[in-house]
Amino acid sequence: MIWDLVVAPFADFGFMRRALLGCIAVSVGATPVGVFLILRHMSLTGDAMAHAILPGAAIGYLVSGLSLGAMTVGGLIAGMIVALASGFVARVTSLREDASLAAFYLISLALGVLIVSTHGNNIDLMHVLFGTVLALDNTALILLCSFASLSVLVLAVLFRPLVLECADPQFLRSVSKLSGVTHFTFLALVVMNLVGGFHALGTLMAVGIMILPGAAARFWAESIGGLIAAAALVAMLSSLIGLLLSFHYSLPSGPAIILVAGVGYGLSLIFGPVGGAIAQNLPRRNFET
Amino acid sequence: MTSLRSVFASATAIVTFSLTVPTVSWAEQPIPVVATFSILGDMVERIGGEHIALTTLVGPDGDTHVYQPTPKAARSVAEADVLFMNGLEFEGWLERLAEAASFNGAMVVATNGIVPIAFEEHEDEHEEHDEHEEQEEHEEHDDHEEHDEHEEHDDHEEHDEHEEHDDHAGHDHGTFDPHAWQSLDNAVIYANNIAAGLAQADPANASAYYINRAVFVDQIVALKSDVDAMMGALPADKRTVVTPHDAFGYFAAAYDLTFEAPQGMSTESEVSAADVAALITQIRRDSISAVFIESITDNRMMEQIANETGATIGGTLYSDALSGETGPASTYLDMIRHNATTLSDALGS
Repeated sequence: MIWDLVVAPFADFGFMRRALLGCIAVSVGATPVGVFLILRHMSLTGDAMAHAILPGAAIGYLVSGLSLGAMTVGGLIAGMIVALASGFVARVTSLREDASLAAFYLISLALGVLIVSTHGNNIDLMHVLFGTVLALDNTALILLCSFASLSVLVLAVLFRPLVLECADPQFLRSVSKLSGVTHFTFLALVVMNLVGGFHALGTLMAVGIMILPGAAARFWAESIGGLIAAAALVAMLSSLIGLLLSFHYSLPSGPAIILVAGVGYGLSLIFGPVGGAIAQNLPRRNFET
Repeated sequence: MTSLRSVFASATAIVTFSLTVPTVSWAEQPIPVVATFSILGDMVERIGGEHIALTTLVGPDGDTHVYQPTPKAARSVAEADVLFMNGLEFEGWLERLAEAASFNGAMVVATNGIVPIAFEEHEDEHEEHDEHEEQEEHEEHDDHEEHDEHEEHDDHEEHDEHEEHDDHAGHDHGTFDPHAWQSLDNAVIYANNIAAGLAQADPANASAYYINRAVFVDQIVALKSDVDAMMGALPADKRTVVTPHDAFGYFAAAYDLTFEAPQGMSTESEVSAADVAALITQIRRDSISAVFIESITDNRMMEQIANETGATIGGTLYSDALSGETGPASTYLDMIRHNATTLSDALGS
């Protein structure tokens, strides 16, 4: 019974194994970044960066077709330019970073749409950009896994300054010259994970797997390590359940995965022990006193 | 048949008319017409010749299912005397575009008068598809008697009875498969409709349109005998074809082939793991040796399926759009010939 429901789809079909592996890679790489985004009150930055990437990937597609490399490089370049430009503006002018990011990603998006439209080819770019997790080939999988590994490595190196930035950015800025480096490297990680994620889930869904598990984890753990572990777990479980739902109930896989993560967030919101609705409002506080 | 007879009657009348009245059309500008997509555009071009100025909205390699009209398109539509569309809900965006552009010319539905194939429900198990495909041969009503045992038979009966009505609310993607041009018999009907539409809008050149139509129909008939021979030669166990989206229903019905697709009828839908799994199971069970990719779709999925099942990629089929000038399917006739040759090469070996 359990075998048929859970194991058989993966045992019988290679594309299901690949989809799961791709999702796990994205979960491992993107969720820690998502946790830090949430801690730094930058949850919507992920969404903005996703839009900033889209035109770069589109240009990559127009230049050399459905090539994984060109679209990846295009997306990375566009994302980096927007991240660097908005960060730079925020640091040398009085405009806050969120405002300048919003400005730059909107410009980037409009530019991308303009380029695509004037090219005159009507192949639906959204389809091209909505990578489907069911069609991951070897190169895409290698790319996803490399991005995840690199992301985890860089995060490990940056862990302390990043935590400091979350807690007290002014303090970090005053004691270390590395504050700017930390910030831009972190934005680069966001871009990299989104580019990796959109091969698997599409640009919009990639933001979902980055942010939703992190938001859910807030109700399960308090330490940063705990948050990252909980978020990665939620993301992997969502991927597994979402893929199985897609398999058994013939739902499109990307949205299924993100919706399961959404359900996970909803349940955490209610039942989570750390500040969840029930824990917060039931007179169980006696324990603590 | 009555419509065809009346077309010929009016054609004769118009020819007589244009012979008796001194023609003033020599100095006239070609009439502006719009065709919605490249395949229809090619047919219109062939029949209209130098008497029309044609604008095709969705060009070569474009996907009509998901087309976003541009202001330029709206301008072309606004200025056009005749607007040629496929119909059968293929161009879902056209009604809004025509309204927005306040189009007040004649709208010609090219599929007018064909026998449409009912849209298949894609919730069905793929295992049942073999029967479904045979059932799609609606040309002969008698065919249905053989399929009495099938539970969906009643549905299909209803489709036939209500063909002229628009009361099929149950389906999501339109009631009928819109890709009617994939059958050469239907192409003749397309040509008739186009010629009649042009003749009505531009009576002065009606005779030219009907002459061009006759030439085009001769070419279609000649091609049909070639394709008939190629498809007839396919072995009985090699008649299942896997393509990215269900665009070949009419071709399949004409030549007793079975087409399977993970994406369903429209390129808009996203695939689910269940669809892909069902297709892979079927490819393994029926030991299907070749899968095909299409010019307008994302082919990564098919490459994965080929990879997983050991089937080879048999080639590129052109379904909803022609190729560019230099491609192998730059005209309608070339497209059908290319598709038939590709299928025959990959399946016949």
